[in-house]
Amino acid sequence: MISAAVPLSCAGGGDFSLIHFFLLSDNMASSEDSATEKLTAPDRVTPKGDTSIFNSMAFRGIAYQVLLAAFVILGGLYLYINVNANLERQGIATGWSFFNENAGFDIGESPIEYDSEDSYGFALWVGVLNTLRVAFVGIILATILGVFMGIARTSRNWLLSKVANVYVEICRNVPVVLHVLFWATVVRFLPHPKQAITPFDGAFLMNRGIVFPIPNEHPAYIWVGVAFVLGVIGAIFLGRWAQRRREMTGQYIPTFLWGCVIVIGLPLAAWLVQGAPLTWNVPALRGFNFQGGMALSPEYAALVVGVTVYTAAFIAEIVRAGIQSVPHGQIEAARALGLRPSFIMHYVTMPQALRVIVPPTASQYLSLTKNSSLGVLIGYPDLVNIGNTTLNQTGQAVEAIAIMMIVYLSISLAISTFMNLYNRLVAIKER
Amino acid sequence: MKTFITAVAAIAFAGAMAVDTKTAMAEDGPTLKAVKARGEVICGVHQGRYGFAIADSQGKWKGLDVDFCRAVAAATLGDSEKVKYIPLGSVQRFPALQSGEVDMLSRTTTITLTRDSALGLNFGPPTFYTGTGFMVRKSIGATTVDQMAGAAICVFPGSTTEKNIASLFKSKGMKFTPVVIESSKQLVGAYMSGRCDVLAMDQAGLPGHQQYDAKKPADHLIIPGVYSKEPLGIGVRAGDDQWFDIIKWVTHATFNAEEWGVSSKNVDSMLKTKDPNVKRLLGASADLGKKLGLDKQWAYRIIKQVGNYGEIYESNWGPPLSLARGINNLWTNGGLMYGFPMK
Repeated sequence: MISAAVPLSCAGGGDFSLIHFFLLSDNMASSEDSATEKLTAPDRVTPKGDTSIFNSMAFRGIAYQVLLAAFVILGGLYLYINVNANLERQGIATGWSFFNENAGFDIGESPIEYDSEDSYGFALWVGVLNTLRVAFVGIILATILGVFMGIARTSRNWLLSKVANVYVEICRNVPVVLHVLFWATVVRFLPHPKQAITPFDGAFLMNRGIVFPIPNEHPAYIWVGVAFVLGVIGAIFLGRWAQRRREMTGQYIPTFLWGCVIVIGLPLAAWLVQGAPLTWNVPALRGFNFQGGMALSPEYAALVVGVTVYTAAFIAEIVRAGIQSVPHGQIEAARALGLRPSFIMHYVTMPQALRVIVPPTASQYLSLTKNSSLGVLIGYPDLVNIGNTTLNQTGQAVEAIAIMMIVYLSISLAISTFMNLYNRLVAIKER
Repeated sequence: MKTFITAVAAIAFAGAMAVDTKTAMAEDGPTLKAVKARGEVICGVHQGRYGFAIADSQGKWKGLDVDFCRAVAAATLGDSEKVKYIPLGSVQRFPALQSGEVDMLSRTTTITLTRDSALGLNFGPPTFYTGTGFMVRKSIGATTVDQMAGAAICVFPGSTTEKNIASLFKSKGMKFTPVVIESSKQLVGAYMSGRCDVLAMDQAGLPGHQQYDAKKPADHLIIPGVYSKEPLGIGVRAGDDQWFDIIKWVTHATFNAEEWGVSSKNVDSMLKTKDPNVKRLLGASADLGKKLGLDKQWAYRIIKQVGNYGEIYESNWGPPLSLARGINNLWTNGGLMYGFPMK
């Protein structure tokens, strides 16, 4: 699994070389591991006293690994001791006690309640959540946009494929920093709150972001949520049943419509049964800004749009490559069988294309997550932004940077693990 | 990323420094030795704040902070132009100083206990006194801080201002939305484009942005009064006492020169004065420079090439910024600038 993670993160770009390094060295160790296993497995017979121990492959395999491990550990230890000694000599504070100290600064937006009297540790946690908020939404949007554009590029519709082509070429050839700065500037030139654009009643678009009404909380919504989860589970079972039936009898049952009915219908029914409670929390201009409703800050919007548009262009190319990697004969055969174009895409092309698409897409997810750190440039309070403030106020650069690196490393490893699991699912099963 | 590189440099340099201190001669401290060998003072300054440090269209730096870099260069190297300016963001400035990337940090830096101690730094006497100030668009209709509840406030990250606003608003039971951007251009741009209602920074920084960055300066209002104490001083690395002394006495020399009436215009004729204070200052009667590891005429050159504190202030804060001297006046005129005895 680790060795599979390497090509993914390698393609992710050189902007976080430490992760790169860890994975690479991991990989080295593990590939040597398997090499020794293979070599020792057949248990080659060595005549006694005939050869020196240094000629034994097994011994040399272990010796190399021990040497490498010793080198890495000693190197790390040297760096650690050196840094510590010099920080102490320069009288710079070290250690993690600042974590519990009062942060004393405010954060522009936070998914959880945060106050300037909370600790630095908590402020950093807010930064982590803000980073995840961008990464999560960005990955979903980039996937949707990228898959659509990728399919559009292979389309036989001239206009559609050209539009997709232009999009890909423009967006992937402009540095992601410019994407983010561009969108931040665009959002800033929207009108002031007092002259906000109203796309529909209750929603406002302005240089303070986007605000829109949300329903007020009501106990009935818990049941609506439960019904939704049940609906999704039901739809999955329906799909499984239809697939089994199709494989047994060859009869095709259109499940998409029924799936939608279950997923939407069940929550709707639950809502109606409880008397259809609905009041809106409508934003209103009070003082300097809108109060109430749901608000997305301009920095968040700019960052999400910037990284999404950039990453989606790469995903589009990956999807196109995946689709075109499927031998043309397969599609011709499917056509000869009289399958509809949508069926060909769903049952013939995509299953084969996915194993080409998934690994490089995973590396795009990783780079999107890391690129979200550009939020610091436009004032989005992500991990790097809050980490910077912490660094500056406590002066503990080594610790602050270490935290940021560990967090990005963890997020990236989590994404990479998840994508590897998914890759195993879609990879061709060789029997 | 830049911060990261700086931090890595800090670590690498810390290693190099260890060797340096051991082999250094008894007379010259490591910093002065490095400066002399290099023939240049490397000075960390603000990326662009009118009155303190700003590069003009020819790339020539100007400002009060810049003049103190020049004064140190004049004292140590004999030429006030032998300075290399490193513009630093509020976040990069301390790692840059700690790592040895810059010899001195003359960058609108507030002297605080934490910075003086836990950051491993030392600060010279304050070269400028200011406090947190606010600028608002007049159309907003706020003329005092109490009317700013719920406002979006543009502020530099990791600045003392960031903390001051948080506690100020908390004490008033008001909320606000900080918009935190490190780049000076981006931050002021965010305020000017209307992303923020309020621009908060050291009050002395505001008139420049109002005069030069606003389309119509008259549309903006600087709220009267300051909301914190911000004594700005020159930072150096702790552990090099000689360099710290030089910074300290260069600053006092500019204060004393003003008090004793020595300016860049009359400094040559002042060499023949009978005033014992001035004679000592200019090296006519005693060799104070030797005690700092400098030559006799160190202070003479500061005054000749850069000027006394009053001249420095006037050239940077005179028209069009026209910032009244206020507490930055000499103690003899009711201000806080008080040069220590140079004996």
